[in-house]
Amino acid sequence: MAEVKSAEFKSASGQALRDAKLQRSLEHVMEHFVDARASVIENDFGGESWDAMRERAAAIKQSTLDHLDYYLDLVDKNVRRNGGHVHFADDAAQANAIVLDIARRNGVKTVIKSKSMVSEEMGVNHVLERAGIEPVETDLGEYIIQLAGETPFHIIAPAMHKTRDEVSDLFRQWLKTAPTQDIKRLCEYARDALREKFAAADMGISGANFVVAETGSVCLVTNEGNGRMTTSAPRVHVALAGMEKIIPAWEDLALYLRLLPRSATGQRITSYNTFVGGPRAASDEDGPEEFHLVIVDNGRLNLLRDEVLREALRCIRCGACLNHCPVYRKVGGHAYGWVYSGPIGAIVTPPMTNMKAAKDLPYASTLCGTCRDVCPVKIDIPRLLLHLRHKIAEGSEDERGATWMERLFVERWGKAMRDRKSLEGQARLGRLLTKPLTRGGKIRKLPAPMVGGWTASRDFPAPAPRSFAQIWRDELAADVGRAPEPQE
Amino acid sequence: MARRRGSSSNSRRYSGRPQAGARRRGPQTPKPKFRAAFCATCLVDQFYPEVGAAAVKTLRRAGVDVSFPEEQTCCGQIAFNGGFRSHAAEVARRFLDVFESEEQVVVPSGSCASMIKVYYPELFEDDPETQGRARAVGEKTREFSDYLVNVVGAADAGSAAGSAPHQGLVTYHDACHLLRELRISDAPRALIGSIPGVELQEMADADACCGFGGLFSVKFPEISTAILDEKLKNIAESGASAVVANDCGCLMHIRGAMERRGMEARAMHLAELLAGDGV
Ligand code: SF4
Repeated sequence: MAEVKSAEFKSASGQALRDAKLQRSLEHVMEHFVDARASVIENDFGGESWDAMRERAAAIKQSTLDHLDYYLDLVDKNVRRNGGHVHFADDAAQANAIVLDIARRNGVKTVIKSKSMVSEEMGVNHVLERAGIEPVETDLGEYIIQLAGETPFHIIAPAMHKTRDEVSDLFRQWLKTAPTQDIKRLCEYARDALREKFAAADMGISGANFVVAETGSVCLVTNEGNGRMTTSAPRVHVALAGMEKIIPAWEDLALYLRLLPRSATGQRITSYNTFVGGPRAASDEDGPEEFHLVIVDNGRLNLLRDEVLREALRCIRCGACLNHCPVYRKVGGHAYGWVYSGPIGAIVTPPMTNMKAAKDLPYASTLCGTCRDVCPVKIDIPRLLLHLRHKIAEGSEDERGATWMERLFVERWGKAMRDRKSLEGQARLGRLLTKPLTRGGKIRKLPAPMVGGWTASRDFPAPAPRSFAQIWRDELAADVGRAPEPQE
Repeated sequence: MARRRGSSSNSRRYSGRPQAGARRRGPQTPKPKFRAAFCATCLVDQFYPEVGAAAVKTLRRAGVDVSFPEEQTCCGQIAFNGGFRSHAAEVARRFLDVFESEEQVVVPSGSCASMIKVYYPELFEDDPETQGRARAVGEKTREFSDYLVNVVGAADAGSAAGSAPHQGLVTYHDACHLLRELRISDAPRALIGSIPGVELQEMADADACCGFGGLFSVKFPEISTAILDEKLKNIAESGASAVVANDCGCLMHIRGAMERRGMEARAMHLAELLAGDGV
């Protein structure tokens, strides 16, 4: 499985904040996505409002998840009826073993890949490389980060953090092309290099945006056409799908194919919607001889089994919550330390990897709620983050990760808030302790290790000499029950 | 350029519609037909008592008979947001004990109001009896500007402000919970607009988070400040001489940085602006 570095969120986000170039890319790209999305959200889609569509999309996915065993069976039956094979993988290691086994049996030397987040979870590229098989990413962004040896920066724009100069350098290094500033030129370089691979590959690995249960087909949404090449040119096609990708009916696609591109890139429709029905039939002119669908758990059951977290599996990976998140917009994708970033990454990473190691992520949110408003499947992201925080603070032995200082603080707070007398006692103590630090009603530097960071950039108010309760008693209480003075 | 943000809403959220029976009434004809218990919030109580005093003054001037249950402490939000629900529940239970018998509860903070209205039922989901009590208290709890405009019907409450502590251009920051948990954005703007000598000047991305996030601002001070930088830039570019918000959490954060940087504009609570001189 891909390495998990979420424990380093703090230092990694600090690095991102100090990277001026990265900050500029983030601002530019995020702004673009936000504006693009806003410009295509009409309020009438053939008599259905945007909100009504979201409501329906949420309900369909939720009920599919609530009856997932039934739908998994249906997918299995229908893919096999179409002549394909279905595999179930509990974790990344199993999924990798399945893919490697298929490749070996078919004598595969080169694999072309279209974008798949599950394959990022699996780290399948390394596994293939170690087995002497060359994996080539064919989505332009994925190709760039593959050359750079990095992980995706954003769910739908994996290389958005790379400037054209950096891409030019990468291409010069790996493809021996001449340096250029011209983006069209750079695309041509990649296109030429990838054409050869498309022609030579024996196996294609794709993701799956949707798996339609009633037909056993896989739907891919791409803008570059590479998905279609990957699924039709090589002899063997392996589609990797997280177990949450299932939708019940063909008809449901109409809904999700409206929501996904609008939420993701602000397109009314993507350039290529590819539907894969299985291996080539006798009457087909092209298409793979073998089709495999690998359905991957890899920690998803931890979400499915939790009543509150289950709805996170409705996610269609549009990236809108990232684009609108004030935190993601500052720290970018790599800080989150695994495959998924932003608000949805902060939710799925701890239960899918390691609660203790990823414990900072659910706290890395202001709970501003913008993500919830833009999510096309109405995931109540703040509520799920709060639920995870509860596990980290008060959950089982495996989940708990709050520090002793945090515990001490909350205990003291609880005692102070128990009643008015304790509160005022604590407040008196607070006034006494902060007095030496106070100048002109403000504190410029708090020494405490927990709150010291606050005053690095902001003054902290000194406690007021008289609490409101005191002012009430002294000045305001007497007027209770009195008819207010008529205004002059 | 102003960023366009998510425009859609989640329908299960409470919406700030006028309460049945709310009538428009000018402050010229006050009748003590409104009675409300003031929940100061722990921040106002300990750090910003002048905001509490201003809120009480404004409410009284609009004809509300305001009381202050003196046993109140805190709504418990800080522990709840930290994940420490058992501690939050103890403090929340106490809140219910203190406010349950009141006709109406008014809170000068969008996030404390959402804690009570939206998150108490969640906090007590394993305790149906307390959850029922929490729902009942949530029903009668209103945020300060929402209460003034939609319950009392005093959208012009600022017209009697006398000389406002601030004249000229004022910009408004939508505190996240007030906007996206309680869906209140018109009421505070109407109130600002009612103050003689004060003009509302919208900043870019008024609805964008300021980076406070309670615990977040302490746990991740650098990220919090980076988000705040954008807010401060928008405040400065609006040309307003004061930024107004309805949440002392955001204000502590915004004001703290404005003062540190020596910015000219002031950060103040809506109640302070509405109360006028003498506070
Ligand atoms: S959580 Fe919602 S907004 Fe975020 S990526 Fe998933 S579907 Fe898109």
